[in-house]
Amino acid sequence: MALVRLPRSLVDLFPALPRQAEVPDVGTVAELVASLDARWPGLRDRLCDEGPALREHINVFVDGERSGLSAPLRPDSVVIVLPAVAGG
Amino acid sequence: MRRRLLLLLGTKKGGFILDGDETRRAWRVRGPLCEGWPLNHLTADPVSGTLYAGGRSFWYGPAVFRSDDLGATWSHSSEGLTYGEDGPKMKTVWNITPVGDALYAGVDPAGLFRSDDRGETWQHVEGLTNHPTRPTWEGGFGGLCLHSIVPHPTDPRRMWVAISAVGTFATEDGGAAWEPRNSGVRADFLPDPYPVTGQCVHKLVMAPGLPDRLYQENHCGTYRSDDAGRTWISIEAGLPSTFGFPMVTHPHDPDTAFTVPLNGDDRGRFMPDGRAAVWRTADAGATWTDLRAGLPQQDAYLGVLREAMAVDRLDPFGIYFGTSTGQVFASADEGRTWREIASFLPPIHSVETLLVGS
Repeated sequence: MALVRLPRSLVDLFPALPRQAEVPDVGTVAELVASLDARWPGLRDRLCDEGPALREHINVFVDGERSGLSAPLRPDSVVIVLPAVAGG
Repeated sequence: MRRRLLLLLGTKKGGFILDGDETRRAWRVRGPLCEGWPLNHLTADPVSGTLYAGGRSFWYGPAVFRSDDLGATWSHSSEGLTYGEDGPKMKTVWNITPVGDALYAGVDPAGLFRSDDRGETWQHVEGLTNHPTRPTWEGGFGGLCLHSIVPHPTDPRRMWVAISAVGTFATEDGGAAWEPRNSGVRADFLPDPYPVTGQCVHKLVMAPGLPDRLYQENHCGTYRSDDAGRTWISIEAGLPSTFGFPMVTHPHDPDTAFTVPLNGDDRGRFMPDGRAAVWRTADAGATWTDLRAGLPQQDAYLGVLREAMAVDRLDPFGIYFGTSTGQVFASADEGRTWREIASFLPPIHSVETLLVGS
């Protein structure tokens, strides 16, 4: 049961998407994103490009380590999705 | 009961709506909409009243937003807005154009996509991307963007599109085959000033009631075609420069069009001499008249981008433009007099109108 924390700017795009969710039965970041996408269609397109890879300015940390889609998750992993600092 | 008139603004920091009515006396600013995403275009289906917005979030990529309640709530999607894993990455959405029951999106890298479910899913119009000139397409400063989508008013098989630094293309078979239509349009920045493609069209529009008449504002002049884009003639004589972005036509008169010349691509790209003006032709480009009454005439170094001018369909019709420094100017008398109706918005990328209940 991985725990995922999502940024406010992302949850505002999807009805009832929480800032924090427990996601069962996922072994990688890609599976975590797919699980979220199944419940909130379109969410994967917000985090990933055609690569398929995480979008250039989306950072994902798994248990404190910056990670890609193929990164493995433990049952108690904490996954934090952070948009890069940018703007003007 | 007065009908509502909405000015739809796509800006660098989200959508905004200026809520007014057909008197056009007072406007209320509503926004930012679409979660503050940079929007290249916020528009409406004039029949259903559905609003659509296209753009790109720095973090979350390109998408098309839809609102069925005049902007109170929004949903979004980009499903199918892709060239696939082997193609170039989709950067942004530039233009959304409803055509009957379909919806078209022009994107960067340049391409055309179609939706038959109100923007929920998109299909690539591959015929345009498969054109043999595609390997030669190179973007300009604004990117490789397909920014103008011009449907034929009665023949669904016919459509024109315009791509910055590439030119105008037309289809007559519903999008399977496309041909360049740039003959007579200069490309002063290329060794051959009259190539088949490579012209930097900035905006393409159709004259009302005359589907074979097109106007275009270009990086290198202003043009009219009377044969569906097969040949173009320069109509820039009488304008203060050969550079501008937007162009709109009169809602009913095919001889009347408006543009906003800027002082030149290498001179700052603002209104000449810091004096704001919209220029009108009423004789299909033979002569031009500057419209200045009510516009700032001193120290007004304003820019207007390609999608940032629009007309309404009232009588007399209104005309509006937004600036890249966040002002909106409006005329309720066909351009004769103007006033500033919003002053402190983000940089404005697009302006459209929607008359509700018409």
